[in-house]
Amino acid sequence: MQKNKTSPSLKDRIHTLTSSKGGSAFTATLLAIGMGLLFGFLVMLLASPFNSVPGFLEILLGGASRLGDVLYFATPILMTGLAVGFAFKMGLFNIGASGQYTMGMFFSLYVAFMWELPTSIHWIACIIAGMVGGMLWGIIPGLLKATLNVNEVITSIMFNYIGMYLVDMWIQGNAVMYVSSKTRTQYLPASAQIPSLGITGSNVNFAIVIAIVIAVLLFVVLNKTIFGFELKATGFNKHASQYAGMNGKRNIILTMVIAGGLAGLGGAFAILAPSSIAGSSMTYEPISVIAANGFNGIAVALLGNSSPIGIIFSALFISYIQRGGTLATMFGYKPEIIDVVIAVIIYFSAFSMLMKNTLAKILHNMANKVHTKDAENRTTKDHKKGGK
Amino acid sequence: MENYIIEMLHITKEFPGIKANDDITLKLKKGEIHALLGENGAGKSTLMSVLFGLYQPEKGEIKKNGEVVQINGPKDANELGIGMVHQHFKLVEIFTVLENIILGVEPNRMGFLQKKEARDKVIALSEKYGLQVDPDAYIEKISVGMQQRVEILKMLYRDNDILIFDEPTAVLTPQEIDELMEIMRGFSKEGKSILFITHKLNEIMSVADRCTVLRKGKYIGTVDIKETNKEELSRMMVGRDVNFVVDKKEQEAGEVILSVDQVTVASKISKKNSVSDVSFKVRAGEIVCLAGIDGNGQTELVSAITGLDKINQGEVLLCGKNITKAPIRVRSKTGMSHIPEDRHKHGLVLDYSLEENTVLQRYFEPVFQKKGFIKKPQVRTYCETLSGQFDVRSGQGPVTIVRTMSGGNQQKAILARELDKKHELLVAVQPTRGLDVGAIEFVHKQLVATRDAGKAVLLVSLELDEVLNVSDRILVMYEGEIVGEFKSNEVTPQELGLYMSGAKRNNTKENSYAKK
Ligand SMILES: Nc1ncnc2c1ncn2[C@@H]1O[C@H](COP(=O)(O)OP(=O)(O)OP(=O)(O)O)[C@@H](O)[C@H]1O
Ligand SMILES: [Mg+2]
Repeated sequence: MQKNKTSPSLKDRIHTLTSSKGGSAFTATLLAIGMGLLFGFLVMLLASPFNSVPGFLEILLGGASRLGDVLYFATPILMTGLAVGFAFKMGLFNIGASGQYTMGMFFSLYVAFMWELPTSIHWIACIIAGMVGGMLWGIIPGLLKATLNVNEVITSIMFNYIGMYLVDMWIQGNAVMYVSSKTRTQYLPASAQIPSLGITGSNVNFAIVIAIVIAVLLFVVLNKTIFGFELKATGFNKHASQYAGMNGKRNIILTMVIAGGLAGLGGAFAILAPSSIAGSSMTYEPISVIAANGFNGIAVALLGNSSPIGIIFSALFISYIQRGGTLATMFGYKPEIIDVVIAVIIYFSAFSMLMKNTLAKILHNMANKVHTKDAENRTTKDHKKGGK
Repeated sequence: MENYIIEMLHITKEFPGIKANDDITLKLKKGEIHALLGENGAGKSTLMSVLFGLYQPEKGEIKKNGEVVQINGPKDANELGIGMVHQHFKLVEIFTVLENIILGVEPNRMGFLQKKEARDKVIALSEKYGLQVDPDAYIEKISVGMQQRVEILKMLYRDNDILIFDEPTAVLTPQEIDELMEIMRGFSKEGKSILFITHKLNEIMSVADRCTVLRKGKYIGTVDIKETNKEELSRMMVGRDVNFVVDKKEQEAGEVILSVDQVTVASKISKKNSVSDVSFKVRAGEIVCLAGIDGNGQTELVSAITGLDKINQGEVLLCGKNITKAPIRVRSKTGMSHIPEDRHKHGLVLDYSLEENTVLQRYFEPVFQKKGFIKKPQVRTYCETLSGQFDVRSGQGPVTIVRTMSGGNQQKAILARELDKKHELLVAVQPTRGLDVGAIEFVHKQLVATRDAGKAVLLVSLELDEVLNVSDRILVMYEGEIVGEFKSNEVTPQELGLYMSGAKRNNTKENSYAKK
């Protein structure tokens, strides 16, 4: 290899960046984010040219003034993101996070209203109940897949609807929980709400800490334990995992139970969050709509490359620009603009493999050009250019 | 000066941790069959991928007809008339033969696919060159041999006249190999130039004009086939003499380790049974070989024994324990090691690292885990030891992703894992597929050593040389039944051939060695 003063360090840096797997996935994601934002800006420009710059700046920077809210809204999508990403590591597409999330909410609500427990443990019991609810809703598609080989995508979509309608029905039929005049649930008893982190004017609470700890735990499970070893092996190559004597059926069920539990926790965290207005709380409105946070989880998982650590960051990021998007409405933009941006980002990051290679090639080319231009004796051919 | 159609000059290609090609020069004459020989991991596939535009070399240039050309991808290669059949085929399993052949160059009129036109051309080509395929069959349903013919037709369909074959014969039966050699000769007569990678020296001696040898990424030399012999080639390749005959002492077989009793397996495709009423025994200290032409039930029988598939009737006993319905893990713990036929499908998790693959059958043992946590340092050390012992070569050692390893080294990784695992029975299906002569010698020695150590070995091989060389006892399978049983030193290849083709059979149930 040639030696010269400036380029090798650049070239080496680019090489290490583009050749390490995590590194290039990360660069590709950044690129996707950049493209998504650019596209969003173009749409804003078309819709309302004069407001586009301040509006766009609001999207970019607005979240910074509402960090408490960013964390608060990140919590449930972090959990549903984990629910999707974790199952995906095993090769299962858990599109049912919404149903598991809603079921988790209901279980939390039930324990919150119907069980009398000491203040110190009431909210903890509610959280655990939420997890159990999600698990129940995750295990059924898991069982069907493992025993009858029914596609989990189909069952979990069905279970999104079944779960949502069941919960709506149960809540409307429960006089303790439901205030029919307001078509929502009662305010939660204070003992059932998760302790706030004390940032004024926001609902951010202890749940974000739990969520991040869970993500780190999942990272450990996936990368350090034999269960994680089996899970990923199955996700990569299920024939090889069969050959190696791994218990595929048990692992499918276990994975779906865990994924369901994660989404259920997301529901619990969302509904048990303390309100910044004294005397009120989060409420559930039975209006026959599938929980959007479940689907947001798919976006979060995709953007986070299904890795628990990546998902922490992607949840924070998506929550951050969603806050900015809300603020952009001050300039007359519809809040949906941010959904467009997120959709474009996801779209691009879904191509991350492709992008990664193209990016690596472009950078490699650039590095080579610098390299040959500066070189004194041209023994290396600049093989990227020139025709045939 | 001679006229070369392709010149690859001073090619250097690096991967993280390894120079796969180090200043390699290869010149291809028009109309010749040029063999490329080298140990596993020597850099053959890499060099050909450079020519096909899949990799960009760090140094060196490629000339076609004396002019420098730039090949940035398969598309460029294609325009220059270069086609390639990859070591591991690149076909879309859920597409038909025809769809695969025209993929990327679909004939169309104003955007409408002209399938008829394509079909006619494919049929004409397949008739002209004797490459029989069914254009409407799905890839996942056809045999490997036919898949390969599809790959060849893909090149012909694109009017390529520089044809690269990366280990085309590794997956073929001897009959198919003969046919392929004939087809290659035909191409060469027509003026097409061929680059041909193989580990089988006989094939090189029979069809090639010249041969270039690589060793550990470096260029060793190019020789004229007329002026050389197998011994010289293998010496050039591995740097020492290779012993083609396996040393093996006579040995009395011990107690029964594997007993297969009247096993029947129903076929997945037709109404017939793939395996019907097969019984045999394998004893400690003997190598029993299941010989036969590919597709006569060997695969299904092995799947039944190893637990990959269910048995419809009959019983399998391992070390006296009935394992007919046992899960794979139980079989493994009872003492079964299994070198699978399809290394990419079953044998390896390609996206796992080498070290993770070395413990694929053992990660749950106390040596490698504590309370459910994997002991990374132990896994690492184990992988390093095994790689050393079995000469598994890779770019970055234990952390190398197996997908990036050369085919032969992937195979060696499996061998190392299965041979080192505690076992009483080794089921080895084509264990030397894709290995270089040096590695084959090594594997054969290992098989014999396993037998000498008092283990039972069930070998499945399509290669008569291997069958006769290594095994103690031979069972010939034909149409799902065992039609002949021989001591390997009492039978000739011709005799075996007759049984394998179904021309001759004897009733093994009466005169079985196993029952004596
Ligand atoms: N994509 C890749 N990334 C990293 N390393 C690679 C890659 N492809 C090949 N290598 C490394 O380059 C070396 C040469 O590999 P190559 O596949 O060319 O060998 P080969 O001569 O074809 O061997 P075999 O006979 O076993 O097929 C090997 O050590 C391999 O690990
Ligand atoms: Mg190769």
